[in-house]
Amino acid sequence: MTRPLHPAAASAQPFQVADLRPTERLFEDPEGQDRLEKVVSRYPEKRAALLPMLGYAQERNGWISDENMAEIAGALELTPAYVRSVATFYTMYNRHPVGRHLIQVCTCISCHLNEGQEVFEQFLSETGTRAGEISEDGRYTVIEAECLGACGFATAVQVNDRYFENVTPDKVPAILDELD
Amino acid sequence: MGYPYSHDLEVGTLLSRHLGDEKARTLAGWKELGGYASLPKALEMDPDAITEVVKESGLRGRGGAGFPTGVKWSFMPKEPNGPHYLCCNADESEPGAFKDREILRWVPHLLIEGCLIAARAIRAEHVYIYVRGEFFPFSGIVRDAVVEAYEGGYVGEDILGSGWNCDVTVHLGAGAYIAGEETGLMSSLMGGRAEPWIKPPFPAQSGVFGRPTTVNNVETLAAVPMIVAEGADWYRQWGTEKSPGTKLWCCSGHLQRPGTYELPLGVNLSDVIYEVCGGDPNGKKIKAVIPGGSSTAILTADELDCSGCYEGLAEAGSALGTASPIVMNEDTNIVQAMRRVAQFYAHESCGQCVQCREGTSWTAKILQRIEEGDGTFEDLDTLYHLCEQMTGRTICPLADSVVFPLRSSLDKFRDEYEALIER
Repeated sequence: MTRPLHPAAASAQPFQVADLRPTERLFEDPEGQDRLEKVVSRYPEKRAALLPMLGYAQERNGWISDENMAEIAGALELTPAYVRSVATFYTMYNRHPVGRHLIQVCTCISCHLNEGQEVFEQFLSETGTRAGEISEDGRYTVIEAECLGACGFATAVQVNDRYFENVTPDKVPAILDELD
Repeated sequence: MGYPYSHDLEVGTLLSRHLGDEKARTLAGWKELGGYASLPKALEMDPDAITEVVKESGLRGRGGAGFPTGVKWSFMPKEPNGPHYLCCNADESEPGAFKDREILRWVPHLLIEGCLIAARAIRAEHVYIYVRGEFFPFSGIVRDAVVEAYEGGYVGEDILGSGWNCDVTVHLGAGAYIAGEETGLMSSLMGGRAEPWIKPPFPAQSGVFGRPTTVNNVETLAAVPMIVAEGADWYRQWGTEKSPGTKLWCCSGHLQRPGTYELPLGVNLSDVIYEVCGGDPNGKKIKAVIPGGSSTAILTADELDCSGCYEGLAEAGSALGTASPIVMNEDTNIVQAMRRVAQFYAHESCGQCVQCREGTSWTAKILQRIEEGDGTFEDLDTLYHLCEQMTGRTICPLADSVVFPLRSSLDKFRDEYEALIER
């Protein structure tokens, strides 16, 4: 049996994961209600739960639909328009479905100096996709990322909630093999 | 010592001593290593006495601005008429900076202890550790450490039997560099777009949730436990008068041994590049270094003989910033590198201020045009003009941040820009 989620940890769950638990309604099952309650309990204002709850929608479904946003708005006493204005501000919230593995290649300055662009292009060619599209088998979406904060381990690649570091173009096939 | 490499010039204080040691991640392991020794002492001290020690130590904010930490704490009201908050800024996303993540992932309990001592000093009842969203593996380590600290009685109610209560919550961002600016961070924490606000009101007057708030960087807070334990004079044995103590230097780019090193402030920058990091991995000449993270002015190879501290790098015409040198060898196309830097800022501008929103994106477009051989000499004048328009005219310093590297590169590497234009 897994331990119950500690409230202090409720706003810190990874929200880009391969194993989704799709649900149309976020707060109609006990897990969703539990998450909402625990997150809300950590802040003096309900609105502060917005980012954690957007993350929760994505953790479950892989992206954030208009319906999810409306539901979150209702739960936090916000307008759907406001929720959308926040959701679209942040690059990590997917407004459309993405592949099972979201591959983000850092091409910012330190990675740029260490073959970041070449690594990015290698991922595109190995997955047979263009930037941002889902591969035909649904497994991959490859995008460029701004600085991932691993500059001394260039090139840094994030795949969902994992980091791959010191990536060179020749290591790309092995990374793809490792992803289920 | 540093991670993943160490060097003789390093100082191995608590800040870096356990980097790379998985044992330090658990509460039991951390206690075995001597952790949580400062908190009991701080719990017996008057809050203002803690602030005083930190003030005397001369510790300066490690997030880039270098504001004296103890002075910042002293702005908080002494007699609360409601809750105070501490925000730990773990939104590390300045290109070149990757030091905070080493603290987050190797010594999370050191950070928690620093947060608690700071919270005690500023009379805060809740600490929010705002970690950038991308850092899932590292925020997960901190999150688990916080839960363990709750279970061990170090966080929560009646901490270590002192009667003092303080909560800690780990909160994830979602991919916005501007959430690393303190008012942007608070906007984001309150469930908004990470839009900075004009100061005043200052956070100590009206910060997150409209309450007095202090925002401190991860590395700043992680330095607090040892300062409280050992005293201000001990901390001042390193560094210079104006830049006391040690600093995590995170070095990247064309280097033989890139990584994080704990070095005394005032270390010679060229020693950091050549001695500690071993220079270019293939023995090529270094052409340029952006010494303090991407938002600082570029230095040529001839300008590296300078003191690596706040005032030393200012004298050299740049800034210490987050002490994150980005090193470029002789093969680097400076215009291309600047284009990549400008694209970052264009992507990360929050869009509130026209000078920044338009300035950063036009800067990136013009640099791209020059890089591709379609630039004109007039473009160089336009870039200088944009630099002028983007300096000191916006709510936060994001626009200024692109000006520092851009203008210095135009001044120092004009021949490279001209060569591409003439091609």
